[in-house]
Amino acid sequence: MMASREASGGSTDIVGGAQAPPTMSRPASAVTTPRRTPRRWREIAVFVGPALVVFSAFVIVPVVLAGYVSFFTWDGGGDLGSFVGLDNYIKVLQDTVFIGAMKNNAFVVVMSLLLQGPVALAIALLMNRKLRFRAGFRAMIFVPYVLSEVVAGAMWRLIFDQRGILNSLMVQWGIFDTPQDAIGWLSSTTLAMWTVVFVLTWKYMGLAIILFLAGLQGVPEDLVEAAQIDGASWWQVQRRITIPLLGPTIRVWMFLSIIGSIQLFDMARLLTNNGAPFDTTFTMAMFVIDRAVTNRQYGYATAAAVVLFVISMAAALVFMRFVMRRDNETVGKGAV
Amino acid sequence: MANMRRSGVIAALAASAALVLAACSGGGNQPATNAATSDGGSGEPVTVTWWHNSTAEPGLSFWQGIADEFMALNSNVTVQIEAIQNEDLQRTRIPVALQSGEAPDLFQQWGGGEMVAQVNDGYLKDITDAVASDVERMGGSAAPWQVDGKTYGLPYQFGPEGIWYRPSLFEAAGIDGVPTTISELNTAVQRLKDASIEPIALGAADSWPAAHWWYNFALQSCPTDVLQAANSALDFSNECFVTAGEKLQEFIDTEPFNSGFAATSAQQGATSSAGLVANGNAAMELMGQWNVAVMTGLVDDPAALLADLSWFPFPAVDGAKGDPTAMLGGGDGFSCYVDAPKECVDLLKYITSDDVLTRFASEVGGIPAAPAAQSGITDPNLQVLADYMGTSNYLQLWLDTSYGPTVGGAMNDAIIQLFAGTAAPADIPAAMQAAAGQ
Repeated sequence: MMASREASGGSTDIVGGAQAPPTMSRPASAVTTPRRTPRRWREIAVFVGPALVVFSAFVIVPVVLAGYVSFFTWDGGGDLGSFVGLDNYIKVLQDTVFIGAMKNNAFVVVMSLLLQGPVALAIALLMNRKLRFRAGFRAMIFVPYVLSEVVAGAMWRLIFDQRGILNSLMVQWGIFDTPQDAIGWLSSTTLAMWTVVFVLTWKYMGLAIILFLAGLQGVPEDLVEAAQIDGASWWQVQRRITIPLLGPTIRVWMFLSIIGSIQLFDMARLLTNNGAPFDTTFTMAMFVIDRAVTNRQYGYATAAAVVLFVISMAAALVFMRFVMRRDNETVGKGAV
Repeated sequence: MANMRRSGVIAALAASAALVLAACSGGGNQPATNAATSDGGSGEPVTVTWWHNSTAEPGLSFWQGIADEFMALNSNVTVQIEAIQNEDLQRTRIPVALQSGEAPDLFQQWGGGEMVAQVNDGYLKDITDAVASDVERMGGSAAPWQVDGKTYGLPYQFGPEGIWYRPSLFEAAGIDGVPTTISELNTAVQRLKDASIEPIALGAADSWPAAHWWYNFALQSCPTDVLQAANSALDFSNECFVTAGEKLQEFIDTEPFNSGFAATSAQQGATSSAGLVANGNAAMELMGQWNVAVMTGLVDDPAALLADLSWFPFPAVDGAKGDPTAMLGGGDGFSCYVDAPKECVDLLKYITSDDVLTRFASEVGGIPAAPAAQSGITDPNLQVLADYMGTSNYLQLWLDTSYGPTVGGAMNDAIIQLFAGTAAPADIPAAMQAAAGQ
């Protein structure tokens, strides 16, 4: 799990890469023709060496060891227990709770993309115009993202609880007689997952908007002006020029959103009290922690963690290979 | 080969977030330096580290006071206390500390299957001979801290579970007396509903409070010898484990729990199940003896709550085959690490002495593990609990503690699925048996 988090951390580099205007790197490429002199190797060793050691010790080795542990019945203490081959994997992929968790993660992935993307794009386009208090608006929109996951989860729990702030207000307004008759935002098996999606949207909308706004800075002013001179309306300019040029940024945001949704854990855990009601908001990461720490099935939980890692990795690779291929090629060309 | 395996385990643990957590909170710092005390003491200077779960007052100060007393009596000993939140302590800090070999000398011990695993891994000091007289003094309550006739820890408190209720709400709903059978409980639930009072608070989001309902139905449905066999052999094939689920299913179908119970937590804040009862929003809760302490911590005026809080044992299940006086319970104790100095055992004996436990009962609250210390109980409710415990023919440790975390976890998950309507009564013992086979 840690390794996959690292992978998503690594992808922030791609943000920088995709956003750097390709034109910038051309003069640079003329200067740096690769020459494998001993001095160059020394430089590489000095700069890459320490990072490589740390990365190996804290990412590569644990990932490999996790793969090893997942073949045993280890209970977290003493020796590794007995070797069971692929048994843990077979069991976890048949475990109805884990399958339910996978479905929940998939729901979050889809809903994050469908809800956050269009709304964030609309707000970013609106805010890209000259507005009064523009800096203030931007700060406000970004606040939820800056807030710690734990604080956000606890706060929304207080609001959405059966006897929380929202239901109490509705009782005061006379919509319901008592809080126990009011809406089970977090306790209804049909509603709870939507509440989670709502809070996630609230929390991560700011990131999407800020990313899109940054991408909009890269849309050349002269293109827009030329179109306007040709008589294009504001809407036509957005549709034909701005949004297509924003493509790389949107794809990077989608990438981050997908990986983040697959690994959803801390805020959802606090908000839903570990997947309540009845595991309907349980996520794969919660499953890993729960089976390892609570049930002491470390071997089994590690197998689930490896499955989670493989899913994240596959999603990342497929997305990079097919959706972001053009973006990466541009970056690659710039570097040579 | 054994070494390689071992190092593999430790490195693998580094991969888990558990170790990161433990490292961040700075566990197991043991400065070896301790100024040799003035009078020279009765031996080499020695430091005893002690981890307990009383992070709140009055327990925190009480244990520190006991450590100070012990240090005054034994000038060569320095006792270093670290108080750690219960779930962190049980699930993360102690397992990681034991695994790393840097364990505290004296640490919280809940007994049962988890302790058996620690004994099998060679982590615990065998204190059988040193505490023989203490075990005798405590009677049956020391049993969960013993494995195969050997003692690996001692409890300081031990109490049974039952239903906590608010007499004023019972009165408002027109309920006379307390329910002694499940059908009487059903009548009481209906009266409370008619009076628009939430009948029974349940923190099902935490799983175990919901599971405890099944435990009690199992305790009533299963004969004592079946329960005893299940404790040691993890054999759940008896039909009574299915009956327990069927009885629970019938009870769930009467919808006795607070609305939104599926997402209600047990102890955190006013909207938790304990908070609902403490604030008069629900009438009853099935819970252990610690509930007094939890509930008084959730209200502004504990005295008013205590004046309107009472307790009755789990009602008899009609037509059940178990011993109707059987009670479910559990306690808290301490174990010494295998490499701990002998002073650790001295400290443990001091902590669990009749004198200290009597003061524990009066100053901290709770039911002391030693019968002689029960004179210290001041809370009338706890006195009732202690009296009931005295009349019980069979005391069963919490089933999840008794069966250990793997079977216990599978059992609790299956029970939650019964509540969710996605599992049948027979699925519960099946899941337990499958987990026991691993």
